[in-house]
Amino acid sequence: MNQNTTQKLALTDDILLAIEKPARYIGNEVNAVIKDKEKIDIRMAMCFPDVYEIGMSHLGIQILYDMLNHYEDTWCERVYSPWVDLDAIMRERHIPLFALESQDPIKDFDFLGITIQYELCYTNILQILDLSDIPLEAKDRTWEHPIVIGGGPCTYNPEPIAPFFDLFYIGEGETRYRDLLDLYKKCKAEHKSREEFLLETARTIPGMYVPQFYDVTYKEDGTIESFTPNKEGVPATITKEMVTDLTHTTYPEKPVVPFTKITQDRVVLEIQRGCIRGCRFCQAGQLYRPVREKDVDTLKQYAVTMLKNTGHEEISLSSLSSSDYSALNELIEFLIEDCDKRRVNISLPSLRIDAFSLDVMSKVQDVKKSSLTFAPEAGTQRLRDVINKGLTREDILNGSIEAFKGGWSRVKLYFMLGLPTETEEDIAGIAELSNEIAAAYFETVPKEERSNGSIQIVASTSFFIPKPFTPFQWARMCTKEEFLDKASLTRKAIMTQLNQKRIKYNWHEADASVMEGILARGDRKIASVILSAYKKGCFYDAWGEYFKNDVWMETFAECNVDPDFYTVRERSLDEIFPWDFLSCGVSKDFLKREWLRATTEGVTTPNCRLQCQGCGANQYGVGVCTEGRS
Amino acid sequence: MKVRIKFSKTGPLKFIGHLDMMRFFQKAIRRADIDVTYTTGFSPHQVMAFANPLGVGLESTGEYFDIEVNSYTTMAEMKDKLNQVVVPGVEILDVCLLPDDAGNAMASVAAARYRISFREGMEPCADWESRFASFCEQETIPATKTTKKSVLEIDIKPSLYEWQILPDHSIMLFLNASSSGTGNIKPAMVLETFFKAEGIEFDPYCLCITRIDTYTDLGTEDAHRFVPMNEVGTSC
Repeated sequence: MNQNTTQKLALTDDILLAIEKPARYIGNEVNAVIKDKEKIDIRMAMCFPDVYEIGMSHLGIQILYDMLNHYEDTWCERVYSPWVDLDAIMRERHIPLFALESQDPIKDFDFLGITIQYELCYTNILQILDLSDIPLEAKDRTWEHPIVIGGGPCTYNPEPIAPFFDLFYIGEGETRYRDLLDLYKKCKAEHKSREEFLLETARTIPGMYVPQFYDVTYKEDGTIESFTPNKEGVPATITKEMVTDLTHTTYPEKPVVPFTKITQDRVVLEIQRGCIRGCRFCQAGQLYRPVREKDVDTLKQYAVTMLKNTGHEEISLSSLSSSDYSALNELIEFLIEDCDKRRVNISLPSLRIDAFSLDVMSKVQDVKKSSLTFAPEAGTQRLRDVINKGLTREDILNGSIEAFKGGWSRVKLYFMLGLPTETEEDIAGIAELSNEIAAAYFETVPKEERSNGSIQIVASTSFFIPKPFTPFQWARMCTKEEFLDKASLTRKAIMTQLNQKRIKYNWHEADASVMEGILARGDRKIASVILSAYKKGCFYDAWGEYFKNDVWMETFAECNVDPDFYTVRERSLDEIFPWDFLSCGVSKDFLKREWLRATTEGVTTPNCRLQCQGCGANQYGVGVCTEGRS
Repeated sequence: MKVRIKFSKTGPLKFIGHLDMMRFFQKAIRRADIDVTYTTGFSPHQVMAFANPLGVGLESTGEYFDIEVNSYTTMAEMKDKLNQVVVPGVEILDVCLLPDDAGNAMASVAAARYRISFREGMEPCADWESRFASFCEQETIPATKTTKKSVLEIDIKPSLYEWQILPDHSIMLFLNASSSGTGNIKPAMVLETFFKAEGIEFDPYCLCITRIDTYTDLGTEDAHRFVPMNEVGTSC
């Protein structure tokens, strides 16, 4: 008999045969880690609260999974949101949520770590807790339940989901888990209470935010009056944790390879963290400062090892702005040569369009099938200066002309609507820029060479959502009606262009953007709304077909919370924000300076390599802050 | 050079569909560093052909696919290399070199042997064994075959090469599996026809099916000589 016919699955055959994609739930993938339960002290489940194909594509969990499983005393497993079909069956039959590797209930684990990558997954966090049979609110949990930890970009404003978590790990996960696990073992051995463990964590381990040890008071107008620790020794400000040496930090050489096709079905090579650019709408550009590069020789080794260990047929580079990586040419040339031998495809991230990137792209892609991507974000130079987006009209037109000469004829353009100071002229600029690119094509490519069905331009607009820790955190967000008016103006402006038949226009859904805006800058008062909305059946909000805007709005009304308070309200410069007790290294003064430069002066700020702006991230003393100074 | 690989797929792996298994083996071949032949172009892919897709929910101890290789040391080494990179539930049972004139894997499939058992408590009736024997012994066994394109009335008797009820109360069926005409008969279809004849509602979930092996035909249409698909190759 085969050894595996006895391998345990949490779900029975009748369920697995009745649901979509059972491969999501059986584990057993290549490079998944199996350990002997008897020989380990700590069981950890790492969760991405969305469906398997999305969660498995996330690099952060692969990094932490690999790191934690290198610890001899720890077994880290994975868990994702069951899709709606299985969710219904699990509720009906009272099947507890389980981890993929052991298929054991999550409830029996020591830790449940949840990465929080976007606001619209908040209800899925509650789904995970609920299906696991873990009390939704931290105050109701005992040692019988896992310690629930939140991490990831959304934890830079954890307040809307604060009551659901025992603790938040602020910053990059590579640095403090060992300390946390050791403290946990010590407290367990000494029979300390759960609260004592959390208190000791908050007091002694940097980057740990335990919501229950902080009290918030509000002014009459609903803004925050004070946010203070309620226990001695708990820090008033929590500063993000950060990897200082990205080259020698932990990185998975054997990432898990799923059976089923996932979104990111390839080797992902992280080349740097952070970004020098400082676009004023961009949260990641501030959170991960300062930019830190990985040594190119190390990256070459990782590429070879990871391709060998996974068997993937594609590799891609990960960073916020790959063109700024100083050894990009060397790395890509190595990959082209090495990958060609191995018949591996290279999937290039969005590179700045120039002679080098066009040359590289023509080597690794079928020019006829691929498209150029530009993200001008705004239609006029004035507004691009306001948002500090360095890309100029000339960059775009010259890049396009070079590309057209090289045989490309598809262009994708990304814009945002509703940016601070935006006027109708800026919106018209979106149409005009799209038209100019089409005109440049007709001027560049003679009729007889237009073999590929002429030029195709796809202009897409998303709606601007102000995020914490950006210079635009003070900005007013538009209402749904304003957004839709702007989209309609954009569409009309495109229709009046000479080359309008060559331009396709797409715009985002407005309801979900407004919802994201509410949650992004929300405070603790929103938690009750999230809890009620979940109980009324809201989850998978990030999936258009499951987002129930009417239920959400009804729930805000029932909970007496005004959603407009978080979006369309004007914020004063001295307002205390719900996330002000956190520090991502960048000072509020710097963000304020940038906000005023944008809105009153309309001038750009040079990037970190050109000139230090004193944002505060140099307190870490690494990366671009010390370049050329060592 | 063409190589035929025989593998088993058991346990939880029965929930992995055919396309995912193909992707799994493409990656496994890369991990095992096998010098496989690729097509040319912007997205080169391995020259690979599967014999007979296995449905989700079925286990098998006799699955086959062919690949082309540019070089190799021995078939035994290739088998070892592959076994080192697969997951529990997949086992490479044999790797053999095919003669140059061997037909492609899918067209070579002629028959398949299955073991079928009923899940506990889901047997159709108390005396199903004798009833099933009478069912199989009929002169003709009329059945309805539904394909993507049409609904056909066929006789499955000529395609039922062997049947047997085993001491453990499971059923062994040896069935025509050739991809030509109406040849390919699936075991669940035989059982469904039996249930219908008995007037019992059929739920495919009641069956646990294992494909024991897949065969090619070295004989003629009148005088079959079925051999497991790896026996046409050599294990040098």
